[in-house]
Amino acid sequence: MSLTNYGMNRRHFMQHMATAAATVPAMNFLSHVQANANVLKSSQKSCILMWMGGGPPTIDIWDLKPGSRNGGEFSPIDTAAPGVQISEHMPETAKVFSDLSIVRSMSTREADHGRGRYYMQTSYVPNPTVVHPSFGSVVSYELGRNRKALEIPAFVSVSGGGGQAGFLGMTHAPFSVDSSGRIRNEPSEDSRKRLPGRLTMLQEIESGFINSRRGDLPTAHSDVYRNAVNLMTSRQMAAFDAARSDAGLGLEAESDATREAYGRNGFGEGLLMARRLAQVGVPFIEVNMGGWDLHAGVFDTLKNQRLPQLDKGISALTADLKQRGMLDDTVLVWMGEFGRTPRINQNVGRDHWAASWSVMIGGGGLKNGQAVGATDADGVRVADGSKAYLPGDIWATVSHAMGIPVNTVHTSKRGRPMKLANGGTPIQELIG
Amino acid sequence: MSGSGNLISSGWFAVTIDPPFVRATLAGTPLAVCTELSTCFLAKFLKSEFLRVLNEDGPTKVVMARTNFKAMDMIKQLPFFGPSSGIIRLLAGALMFAAAFKSGVAIADEPAVAASAETLSLNEFIDAKIRQNWTDNEIEPSAIADDEEWIRRVYLDMVGRIPSLKETEAFLADKNPRKRSIVIDELLEHDDLVRNLTTIWTNNCIGRGQPQRVSRAGMEKFFREAFAKNRPWNEVVVDIITASGHFEENGAVNYILAQMQMNDEAVQLTAMTTRLFLGLQVQCTQCHNHPFNKWQQSQFWEFNSFFRQVGKIDHRKLDPNTGRQVDDFSEVVWREFTGPVYYEKRSGLMQVAFPIFQGQEVDPGVGVDRRAELAKMICNAEEGQPPQVALAMVNRMWAHFFGYGFTRPVDDMGPHNPASHPEVLNRLAQEFADNDYNVRDLVRWIVATEAYQLSSKYNNSNEVDNPAAGEIPMFSHMYIKSMQAEQLYDSLITASNAHQSGNADWSSQEAQRRRWMQQFIVAFDNDENDESTTFNGTIPQALMMMNSELIDKACSTERGSFLAEELASPGKETDKISRLYLAALGRAPDRAELGRTQKFINAYGPEKLKGFQDLFWALLNSNEFILNH
Repeated sequence: MSLTNYGMNRRHFMQHMATAAATVPAMNFLSHVQANANVLKSSQKSCILMWMGGGPPTIDIWDLKPGSRNGGEFSPIDTAAPGVQISEHMPETAKVFSDLSIVRSMSTREADHGRGRYYMQTSYVPNPTVVHPSFGSVVSYELGRNRKALEIPAFVSVSGGGGQAGFLGMTHAPFSVDSSGRIRNEPSEDSRKRLPGRLTMLQEIESGFINSRRGDLPTAHSDVYRNAVNLMTSRQMAAFDAARSDAGLGLEAESDATREAYGRNGFGEGLLMARRLAQVGVPFIEVNMGGWDLHAGVFDTLKNQRLPQLDKGISALTADLKQRGMLDDTVLVWMGEFGRTPRINQNVGRDHWAASWSVMIGGGGLKNGQAVGATDADGVRVADGSKAYLPGDIWATVSHAMGIPVNTVHTSKRGRPMKLANGGTPIQELIG
Repeated sequence: MSGSGNLISSGWFAVTIDPPFVRATLAGTPLAVCTELSTCFLAKFLKSEFLRVLNEDGPTKVVMARTNFKAMDMIKQLPFFGPSSGIIRLLAGALMFAAAFKSGVAIADEPAVAASAETLSLNEFIDAKIRQNWTDNEIEPSAIADDEEWIRRVYLDMVGRIPSLKETEAFLADKNPRKRSIVIDELLEHDDLVRNLTTIWTNNCIGRGQPQRVSRAGMEKFFREAFAKNRPWNEVVVDIITASGHFEENGAVNYILAQMQMNDEAVQLTAMTTRLFLGLQVQCTQCHNHPFNKWQQSQFWEFNSFFRQVGKIDHRKLDPNTGRQVDDFSEVVWREFTGPVYYEKRSGLMQVAFPIFQGQEVDPGVGVDRRAELAKMICNAEEGQPPQVALAMVNRMWAHFFGYGFTRPVDDMGPHNPASHPEVLNRLAQEFADNDYNVRDLVRWIVATEAYQLSSKYNNSNEVDNPAAGEIPMFSHMYIKSMQAEQLYDSLITASNAHQSGNADWSSQEAQRRRWMQQFIVAFDNDENDESTTFNGTIPQALMMMNSELIDKACSTERGSFLAEELASPGKETDKISRLYLAALGRAPDRAELGRTQKFINAYGPEKLKGFQDLFWALLNSNEFILNH
């Protein structure tokens, strides 16, 4: 069934809830469904993470080294932020750079894809005895819980499967969708009608197993089902589909011009969806862009494929959020698992490099339009006198911008205290 | 005395009972002495099956006490010996002491002991070691799983699906006390065991996604033949690392092709080979020496240099319909490579590495097939250890059955990451290697352990045994495992009897399952060819279970479907309800459940059929269905 007549089906469903046989336990199971679905206050904070899977060569994008043997083929250009230069292949982004910033002195320690991804997303290095939550799950836990009107997951991941909820529990795991916004396996008309009855019986069976003392998984299963039912009966699903409008939610069908501006590719479509999700109150949206593992032919690929899409997407999103008055409430973060070697290898590629690289951050009411930190002339280390930053510092900055107390401590399943963002500190220059 | 060394390492020690003293001795050296012994206790203790009298000489007895926890349980149950009594401390202390001795410590000085002692069998040894750990941690194991719980688990683990209604009913009705070992024997010969192992190892080798220019069919065929013939695992590993040729004619090459997605000087192939077949994570040592890992950067590149003669040709052909060139087959070929490989240290210094494995160097010159040379050495053991290939396989296989291996993760073994039960791991690996790397025997050993028989319901004392919270596993109850996507698919087919109505052959069944699988795959698009799956207990999986065509089909009442046949057959309504429970969960409902379910069905009035459908939907969607317990 299509999403367009979804609202009617929700009513239909609710009616059935009231009349179908033996629905009383189901009402309990479905208590969230009846939550108020009014438009959420626009002042709610969101974070949009642009995840560059594979490890982007930040030396060719945000921190160019003209004149160095490591400099590569590209030249820097001026941006709207005085004194801040970025790659010549990012001209549109340069124009909106007064709303963005770069942290140029990231020095992380993991240069393996899996470990680097884990480290950047959780602020912790992998540890066999505990699974740390990705920061999206932390935000879901901290902010999503209190957004009673939010019926869709508080952590949405577009075009990727990154991240895990770890000890915060499955209900805070990322909800993965592809950039088309199509949700697989939506219920048919018949399934919707029968859902209340089925859930009654399901709850009966599930609670027996939950009470049989077998650990957390049986309960987690039932929690995830509750979230799935909330999702599939929610009008907020409209946020996933750029073609849908819902005046009550403040969503319009996106015009061709808007879609064109974001870029008609996975990344652009993902960012547009991210904006719509932020509008309905989703606090953390991750949009994935892959293809950065450029061990060979780095400059051609950047110039002809990656950077044009990236430039369009970032600039359109920034301008759109600003024009809608959402930019101060929406933190933008751009990062991958690591940067790439300053040295150019024999295949005209760059390999994995974590010692000195850049992360972009913007919006969120931060003091933008600046480059924080620096690398040395060849980009091989953090410059003398420049503070080196860890992923925890980035996430602490995001926490600050979103109103999550930076001194928050979570507890692992084993009872170990786990500091938010691994005890990172907000970057002073950005929080002002 | 041969076997005397084993005697100690396998958990036997000498206890001299000389009332009112009990002395535990090893090689004539007293280990512990206990005086708190009453004659009454002695009488019972000596009669128990856990002691064997070796030498009776007047009032002094030399006996062997076995580190079996049933003995401990028995002692604890004796009214005049509380749990903290001296004898338990004595035994536990002596046992720990004995266990600390490496095999090879002779106690031949005590001829009486050595002469009549038997070496503990492998399974007695494993059970004893695992029990020892429970005592040390003062926990009680869970009860033995009942037939319903056990049969479902053993099917899911061994053959990758739940038992069919027929199989469950036959097992539950069987009165033979040996029926569990009979089932294990049957499943070891079952086609679905081959299918299950093939799925697992194909996924291990090439992932679940669709790497470029790799033939899944070829890889599956290779493993299917290997597991059907129960080929020795070391030979399978050698075939894989030395493979060359056409990707369908020699399916083993697909492992290598899947690691050659990028032109990376065989870096990925090096890292994956050590992880998968040696249980060692060395990818970090590509760039630097690892602070904890015993592998150094030089070793990474030395191992890498064995794979530098791997070449690949992607063939293309003309598509007669479109007139365009399209992908044909790929093959692994010999590539000329001699001399060392070069790598860069962090300091920027260039280094050379020659083909060296475990200290053995191979001639780096012309005409030497380095992979063939590596094959000769890959199963060599390091001093005092079982072969790494055997350790890696045992650890993976154990993790398959228990949800957790002896190390976490299973493929990161080494001194920096000590095993939870090192003696069990080492003994299993050594016996696996000595037993010609027989995979089916390894499976048999694992499912025959006491730990595997335990219920997943925990008790008050072993609730702390919770590896999901990061604790080191003690295997005192079965850990719950979420079904893998393939297990779920095959189990849905089994529960709804869909395989009976269709007559699809192996390859078309595989293809159907694979098409269905693809909805869950998310590729990471990097040189490690990583992927993740959204079949991970989150919302997309729940939506699939609630609304997909697959579930509609499973709950269909069309002619010939499972529900249609069940409901049309004669019999009481309560029997039909019970059979639906049995088909989905492998157990009948209890009385209260049955009553509530009947009420539920009755509420559908004239649309009773829909009521049964919705019941079956709920059973298949339940936590109890999807969690292998």
